[in-house]
Amino acid sequence: MPPKADLEPAVPTGPETAAAPAAAPTEGRRRPRAGRRRIRRLTTRDRLVITVLLGLPLLFTFVLVWATTLASIGLSFTNWDGIGSAKFIGVDNYKELFTNYPPFATAIWHNLLWLGFLAVVATPLGLLLAVLLDRKIRFGRFYQSAIYLPVVLSLAVIGFISQLIFARDDGILNTLLGTTGPGGHPVDWIGNPHINIWVVLLMAGWRHSGYVMVLYLAGLKGVDPSLKEAAAIDGANARQTFFRVVFPVMRPVNIIVGVITVIEALRAFDIVYAINGGTNGLELLSVLITDNIIGEASRIGFGSAIAVVLLLISVGCIVAYCMTELREEKS
Amino acid sequence: MATPGSHDRITSNSPTRRSVLRAAAIGAGAVTLPSVLAACGSGSGAGGGGGKSVTFGSNWSDPVPKKGIANAVAAFQSSSGYTVKTNTVDHNSFQQNINRYLQGNPDDVFGWFAGYRMQYFAQKGLLGDISDVWSGFSGMSDAIKAQSTGLDGKQYFVPYYYYPWAVFYRKSVFAQHGYQIPTTWDQYISLAKQMQKDGLVPISFSDKDGWPAMGTFDYINMRLNGYDFHKSLMGGHEDWSGTKVKQVFDTWRQLLPYYQQGALGLTWQESAQALQQKKTGMMTLGMFIGQQFAGADQADLDFFAYPALDPTNGQDAVEAPIDGFLLSHKAKNETGAKKLLTFLGTPKAENAYLSADSSELGVNSSVDTSGYNSLQQSGAKLVSTAKSISQFMDRDSRPDFVSTVMIQALQTFLNNPSDVDGLCNSIQRQKTAIYATEG
Repeated sequence: MPPKADLEPAVPTGPETAAAPAAAPTEGRRRPRAGRRRIRRLTTRDRLVITVLLGLPLLFTFVLVWATTLASIGLSFTNWDGIGSAKFIGVDNYKELFTNYPPFATAIWHNLLWLGFLAVVATPLGLLLAVLLDRKIRFGRFYQSAIYLPVVLSLAVIGFISQLIFARDDGILNTLLGTTGPGGHPVDWIGNPHINIWVVLLMAGWRHSGYVMVLYLAGLKGVDPSLKEAAAIDGANARQTFFRVVFPVMRPVNIIVGVITVIEALRAFDIVYAINGGTNGLELLSVLITDNIIGEASRIGFGSAIAVVLLLISVGCIVAYCMTELREEKS
Repeated sequence: MATPGSHDRITSNSPTRRSVLRAAAIGAGAVTLPSVLAACGSGSGAGGGGGKSVTFGSNWSDPVPKKGIANAVAAFQSSSGYTVKTNTVDHNSFQQNINRYLQGNPDDVFGWFAGYRMQYFAQKGLLGDISDVWSGFSGMSDAIKAQSTGLDGKQYFVPYYYYPWAVFYRKSVFAQHGYQIPTTWDQYISLAKQMQKDGLVPISFSDKDGWPAMGTFDYINMRLNGYDFHKSLMGGHEDWSGTKVKQVFDTWRQLLPYYQQGALGLTWQESAQALQQKKTGMMTLGMFIGQQFAGADQADLDFFAYPALDPTNGQDAVEAPIDGFLLSHKAKNETGAKKLLTFLGTPKAENAYLSADSSELGVNSSVDTSGYNSLQQSGAKLVSTAKSISQFMDRDSRPDFVSTVMIQALQTFLNNPSDVDGLCNSIQRQKTAIYATEG
C-alpha cells in the first residue's frame, strides 16, 4: 500500500503550513504530467475553472505564507516601530537577541523542553492509550471521549482549569495535599518560576495525548488484520507483532503525529498566555514575538528576528524528521 | 454507508457540483459586495457630510465605563446638535492596535492615556494640535496641563478622569487594632511588624499580571529620588545601574518579608480580596481596588498617601494615571472634533461620566463632587494637594522598554531580591539598546 496516497489527503488537515514543504515536491512532480494529459479534453470554461481553483489557493499560499515569511526575514534586519519607514541595521537585532535579551535563552530552553516532553512522554502515552482502547475494552467509548475531551477545549480554557487546580491558596491540589491550612507551606504551582513550566507541560501533555490517541486509533483501525494473523502464525508474540508489524505499517500516521508533535511544541502559546502572559518562568518564543511585535511595544524588527529563529528551529526539526522518515520508507 | 441509494444520489448530483461552486462564488460576492458598498458609504458620509457629524473611537468597552462615555456623548449631542458616531473597541485590542489604527483610518476623536504614551504619538505626527481648545479650558491645574502637553510644548490631550494610587486599608481593621496611619517609612515598617505580631499578613501584593509591582517601584523611587528623577529615569535619561536605582531596590527589599506569599502567582483581584477578607492589612494599588469591595465594605475602605522616605521629597508626588481624549491628525471634521473635545474638558461632561462610574475622579477642579463617595472624596483631596502627578511606569516611559524589559526585571527582582547589581546592569544594557533605536 503506497503510504503517500494516505498522507496527501491528511496533510491539509494537519495544522499550519510547516507540513507544506514535505508535501510540495511530490505535488510538483505530479501535476504537470497529469495536467498535460487532461488539458486536451478540457473546454475553455474548464480551464478557467481550474485556473481559478488552483490559482487562488496558490495565490493565497504565496501571499499569506511565503510573502509574509520573506517579509519577516527582511524585517529582522531592520529597526522599525511600525510608523514611518524601516531602517536597515544588519544583524544588530540578532546580536542583541543572543547577547542582551535574558528571556530569549529561557524561551528557547522552554520550547525545546516542551518538544522533548511531548515527544518522549505525551506522544507515546497517546499511542499507549490508543492501543489499549483498540482492544474493545469495556466502556471503551467512554474512555475515548473522556481522553479526547481536552482536545476540544481551547488551550485558554485549559489554562483556566489549571488555575482552578493549581492555585496556591484555594486550588484543588493544594487543598487535597492539606497544605493550605495555617502553618502549612502550600506549593506555589503557578507563581514559582521553577515549578510552573512543569505544571503547564502536564496540562499541554494531557491535551496532546488525547489528540495523538485519536490519530493512532484511526491508524490502528486501518491496519490489515491479516498482517497480525500472519505474524501470529509465524510465532510472534504481542509485543513483536506490535513493534515489528503494526507500528511500521502505520508509517503515514507516524509521520503526521511526528510533525504535529513538533508543530504543537513550537507554536505553544495560548496556555501560558492564559496563565500569566508568558512571563515569570513561562517564557516561550511565540510569546516573545507577540510581546515585541503586537501591542504598543512595536519592536517589529527585533520581534521578526525572534520569529526567524523560531522559523529556523521548526523548519530544521520538520525537515530532519521527514527526511529520516522518507529515507526509511525508500529502503 | 455506501448503500446503492446514496451512490445513485452522488452520481446524479455530481454534474451540479459546478453550479454549487458558482453559487458559492456568487454567495461570496454577495457577502463582500455590501461591505464594500458600506465602506464607501461610511467614507463619503464622514468626508462629505462632515459638517454635523464626528466620529469617536472609544476604548471604554467594559459595561460601566461604556455607560459613562455614552452619557457624555449624549450630553454633547443634545447641547451641540452634532451627531457623534461612536466606535467602541475592546480596551486591550484598541491598545494593541493603536499603531495601525492611527496610521490607517482613525476616528476624529479617540480615547487614550496621558504622559509619554501620548507624547510618543504626538512626536510621530499622528496627533492633532489642540492648544486652541486648551486655551479655552478652565479648572485644569498646571500639573494636569503638563501631562497633556507634548514634548514640543503644544497641547494634544484632553484629560478626563484619573485614579490615584495609594496604600489602601480597611478602617475597621485599623480601628480594631488601634493602628496609626504611617507617614514615614520607619512607621510603615514598624506598622507592618506589628501586624505580623497580630496575626495579619501585613501587605497584600501580587504581580502575576506584571504591572502592579510598577506602582510600588514608582512610589519608592519618587519618595527617595524625587519626581524629577522619576520623569528623567522613565524618559531614558538616567543610568539604571547607578546608585539611585539600586537604592530603590534595596529599600524595596525591606518590604518583602511583609508581603503576601506567592505574589507572582496572584492577580491584583486575588490579593485585593485578601485585603477585603481582612487576611491582610494594607495594599498599594490604584483606586480601582474599590471594584473588589461590595456595598458596605466599600465604605470601610480607605487609604493613606505612600509614606515618605526622604524629607526633601516628602509625600508631594502622587501617582494618578489620567485617561482622556486625543484628536487624530487625519480628522475629517476637525471643527466638529474640536467642539467635542472642548465639551469633554468641561465639568458637565465629566459629571456625565462619573454618574455611571464611581471609581474615578474628574480632573476638572470645578467638577461637582456632591455625588462622590467617601473614597472619591479622599482621593480628590489627595490629588488636589499633590505637587506633581506622575502617570505610571508604563505610561511615563516607552512601551517597548516597559513591556519587554521592566515586567521581566521586576519579576526577577521579586524572585531573587539579592542580586540587585546584576539586575540593574542588565536593565541598563537593554535600555541603552532600546533607546538607541529611536530614529
